[in-house]
Amino acid sequence: MIYRETGVHHTTYRTDMALFRVPLARWSVAGLLVVAVVIPFFATDYWFSAILIPFLTFTIATLGLNLMTGYAGQVSLGHAAFIAVGGYTATILLIYDIPFLAAVVLGGLMAALVGLVFGIPSARIKGLYLAMATLAAQFVLPWAISRVVPLVVPTGLAVAGGDTVYPPRPNLFGLEIDSLFERYFVSLAILVVMTVFAMNLVRTRVGRAWVAIRDHDVAAKILGVNITHYKLLAFAIGSFYAGVSGALMVFFYYGVAHVGEFNLDLSLKLLGAIIIGGLGSIIGSFFGTAFIILLPIFLNISLTFLGNAAGFQVSSGIIAGIENIVFGALVVVLLIVEPLGLAKFWQNVKDYFRLWPFSY
Amino acid sequence: MAILEARDVHIAFGGVQALQGVDLTLNEGEILAVIGPNGAGKTTLMNCISGWYKPDKGRILLEGRDITGLPADKVAAAGIGRTFQNTAIFHGLTVLENIMVGAHLWMRSNFLSCMLYWNLAQKEEIEVREFAEEIIDFLEIEHIRRTPAGALPMGLRRRVELGRALAMRPKVLLLDEPMAGLNVEEKEDMARFVLDVNEEWGLPVILIEHDMGVVMDISDRVMVLDYGRKIAEGTPDEVRQNPKVINAYLGVQSEAV
Repeated sequence: MIYRETGVHHTTYRTDMALFRVPLARWSVAGLLVVAVVIPFFATDYWFSAILIPFLTFTIATLGLNLMTGYAGQVSLGHAAFIAVGGYTATILLIYDIPFLAAVVLGGLMAALVGLVFGIPSARIKGLYLAMATLAAQFVLPWAISRVVPLVVPTGLAVAGGDTVYPPRPNLFGLEIDSLFERYFVSLAILVVMTVFAMNLVRTRVGRAWVAIRDHDVAAKILGVNITHYKLLAFAIGSFYAGVSGALMVFFYYGVAHVGEFNLDLSLKLLGAIIIGGLGSIIGSFFGTAFIILLPIFLNISLTFLGNAAGFQVSSGIIAGIENIVFGALVVVLLIVEPLGLAKFWQNVKDYFRLWPFSY
Repeated sequence: MAILEARDVHIAFGGVQALQGVDLTLNEGEILAVIGPNGAGKTTLMNCISGWYKPDKGRILLEGRDITGLPADKVAAAGIGRTFQNTAIFHGLTVLENIMVGAHLWMRSNFLSCMLYWNLAQKEEIEVREFAEEIIDFLEIEHIRRTPAGALPMGLRRRVELGRALAMRPKVLLLDEPMAGLNVEEKEDMARFVLDVNEEWGLPVILIEHDMGVVMDISDRVMVLDYGRKIAEGTPDEVRQNPKVINAYLGVQSEAV
């Protein structure tokens, strides 16, 4: 968050190594949380269902992907498949009367297990080749899900060939989570916890080992880092995040577990999100997710407006096409202009104001 | 007395016999320089010792324990720290974090305690931070502790890399051309650090170096490789006068001068 270090002197390493070292950083995070708590009181249903809830749930997924790809350097094209595993597992567990929170965590763990298996090739291959290997997850898992789910879901609950499942209404300690308002706060709470976990991971032993492997795997190994162990850990933890977000997406955003939603398109979009937001940056995951959610809305509104002004109807097909073009172009432009993404722009702003107005 | 021994190490890459029966003995507390022309097998020998290559034949013993063929991370755990010829720092980490990666090996906290930053993990992080600060202090790089290592010039990178290797608390330190790409002043600093490490920490050092001034000044013994064979070994003075070494590597001073 915002840093104004002048006048802040730490006398112990404990305070110097705190999550937010500077009082202003703590205040700005607190302010952000207050905003997050206040927003729903003013939000319309459209805001909830088109922006806020998808933002909260997808951010968990991009956080996971950023840990895996941004920090540990293990490119994954199968993230959506891990999301699907988490979503379906949690849904099925909920059907069998497992409590909501347990279902979410178990969904995450199931995804972690599957992610671990698909991470095994990372022990031997990296970069593009690994990307191709993880692509396998994207093809195998949805297929497996559409075969397995009909077998475990009681007949009558699954529709459309058996791989589309409506979860029962989740309830938290006896309280049903139903309204958009409630869904928002439950997602927010889980996102905050997951974010703190991610921030702790990246600033400690595990996070350093990940970046070491990403930046120079030979040196990391020579320094005694067990590369295979940490790569697999990255896959497991990244997929755990995917699984948890999948559970929340199904319960709170889509309202249904439908395997078609978790396609390669989503995987690529998430990858684009962390590239645009900032690889190897926690806040970058937030920026990137906000970007992929707001871009279509922004284009939709502005193109419709422009079309109307010019006197013709802009079809949704055209808007979707333009959205892809803009998205792809932005990824390319950003990779050239600022490979570290929106997070780096934010960093520049922060750096500018660090000593402002006496920055000489 | 010997803390590290390499016995009759052979390794070939295709038709190239990179090492042909090299013996190396490093005694407690000494600085052993390994010199020789390019392609003589110096770095290959380091790679064999640090577990990056598995020798075709021969054995590597650390404190009498056979570490031949162990994977590199296990060799590191056994107590061998090293730096690289073309610095291999972690660009995305700060100087402080780079050095803390060095401590990775003897840290105990697992991912769950890291995630929660709970009691033990927190204590350990702080303890390692204190230790890293000692190294930073020793290497006089306090002013750049929060600088991303990728932004540093070569002289400082070499220092960070040395710090990182020291953070491993190794029993033996391998330095692969720590002076390459440094200016005279930086070389002097680096030579002083190597001597200090050796004297204050009592750490035995194997030093690969092309700068003969440095080699002759700071090393206790010198070993000369040529075409994968050891052609001489002894004190700097002995080696300097060895005709084989002069012929293969040092050359004759021009008569005209």
